[in-house]
Amino acid sequence: MLSIFFKRLLLAIPVLIVVASITFFLVRLAPGGPFDAEKAVSEQVMKNLNEVYNLNAPLSEQYFDYMSGVLVGDFGPSFRFPGRSVTELIMTGLPVTFELAIYSMLIALFIGVLSGVIAALKRNTFLDYIPMSIAMIGICVPTFLLGPLLVLIFGINLELLPVSGWDQLPGDKILPSITLGFAYAAYIARLSRGGMLEILNQDFIRTARAKGLSETRVITKHAMQGGLIPVVSFLGPAVAGLLAGSFVVETIFQIPGLGRFYVEAAFNRDYTMILGTTIFFSFMIVVFNLLSDMLALWLNPRSRDV
Amino acid sequence: MSNSSSLWSDALSRLLKNKAAVAGALILVILITLALLAPWIAPYPYAYQDLDLGASAPSSAHLLGTDVLGRDLFSRILYGARISLLVGFIATTVALIIGVSWGIIAGYFGGKIDSVMMRIVDVLYGLPFIIFIILLMVIFGRNLWLLFLAIGAIEWLTMARIVRAQVLTLKNQEFVLAAQAMGVSNFSMFRRHLLPNILGPIAVYATLTIPQVMLLESFLSFLGLGIQPPMSSWGTLIKDGVESMEEYSWLLIYPGLTFTITLFALNFFGDGLRDALDPKTSD
Repeated sequence: MLSIFFKRLLLAIPVLIVVASITFFLVRLAPGGPFDAEKAVSEQVMKNLNEVYNLNAPLSEQYFDYMSGVLVGDFGPSFRFPGRSVTELIMTGLPVTFELAIYSMLIALFIGVLSGVIAALKRNTFLDYIPMSIAMIGICVPTFLLGPLLVLIFGINLELLPVSGWDQLPGDKILPSITLGFAYAAYIARLSRGGMLEILNQDFIRTARAKGLSETRVITKHAMQGGLIPVVSFLGPAVAGLLAGSFVVETIFQIPGLGRFYVEAAFNRDYTMILGTTIFFSFMIVVFNLLSDMLALWLNPRSRDV
Repeated sequence: MSNSSSLWSDALSRLLKNKAAVAGALILVILITLALLAPWIAPYPYAYQDLDLGASAPSSAHLLGTDVLGRDLFSRILYGARISLLVGFIATTVALIIGVSWGIIAGYFGGKIDSVMMRIVDVLYGLPFIIFIILLMVIFGRNLWLLFLAIGAIEWLTMARIVRAQVLTLKNQEFVLAAQAMGVSNFSMFRRHLLPNILGPIAVYATLTIPQVMLLESFLSFLGLGIQPPMSSWGTLIKDGVESMEEYSWLLIYPGLTFTITLFALNFFGDGLRDALDPKTSD
């Protein structure tokens, strides 16, 4: 267990270095300097600007300066927001995005696991068909369509919930969280149904039933532990999806989170911001993949002693 | 040969019994035909503006209404279908070419080559590709072909794994050994002996990749980082629809409906194909 963990951790480090390097050089490849869009400035000003942002140094020196900054969490200054560092911007947006992601994931896990387990237990009945059809809808309706539709129905027509914002009006967190969580609820429902069906056919479940355990205990204690392993393995990759989803959801609902900062940075060509957030996102994804793999391994008794 | 033809005909009869898959296939055929014939059946050119008319609700002159610039929504959805489906097919083809060659080479040669190649796949799996595509679009401009290539280049990983697993089970079978004994070159081994035997899983996975690719394109277009005006894909139509949905809800609803129905059709057809070609793995 522990040795697998360290092996994976060792693999993660070169991955992160490669990602950071590729991103760094890609951004430097971009045609035109970062200040080309600005009004014409005198040569001296341009020189000073380049000086401030360390663009006069040879590329290799810039690279090593940047990488050693990243190691201590310093992503340099933002090109578009003078006087603010990328780290500062990330730290402003991160709590909002984190909160949104947590709510969405809780909604997704609650609805997904519940309906998936029930569907597996009541296989080929309406309690199976109806949630599974809704799950298919959840997979086929993209977030950027679901969000606006929910806004149209609950925000504009029924006037039940605020249509945008975060932490400003009561209930304004509901629609964004549902929008982001719905697709995951659908995936999780399908995964837990599949996992449970596989487990419920196995001998140890029959043994548990034969011992006279109550059905609830058989399901919650014996079946769910193994049946939900696919769900746990899915949680890591889901973080990458949640990030991508947050780009859309934060744009639709005008939430001041990391996702919207990233999209805005992409539009404004704020290269240092793009560079910093890309590295930061990669870091998060690699870490969460590692955690969910470890959790899935730990849940599976066959691999626990390895 | 008779064995392989009966495999395909068995699969076809199983596929035809699956109503959802047949319905999906029918919808796709209709859609592709409409998209191909768009220049002839669209009532208006896609960029034709009727500024005096502005946004108008569905009527007999404009089946699905018009947008703020007075452009006919039905025509724009038809032309959008060309872009969206084109992205789906081209990017999937790119993914197919990379993934199948990668998987066959890794699986067939095995040993060091295999472990290095699959380790690369493992590493790439962990990367935030969506962010890389956004980065590429920002740096190199919003080029249609770059978009196709970039999306295709990230969707090949699962294909490589599937193909490799298939090749591993095939490569110790007698017909491969016989072909090796006869001195068949590696290339014709791949093309004549291995590839025909793994067409089933490849076809299934390719069908399931198309909707993912289309989602990715429309996601980028929705953020304004994909297809650029005056060209339109379904993603850009949905984006435009969102901007004016408070007054003109049909501009969001019809493109959204078309897109969702297409994704449904592709998913149902893909699932049906999987069940038909490999009854054992169906859930």
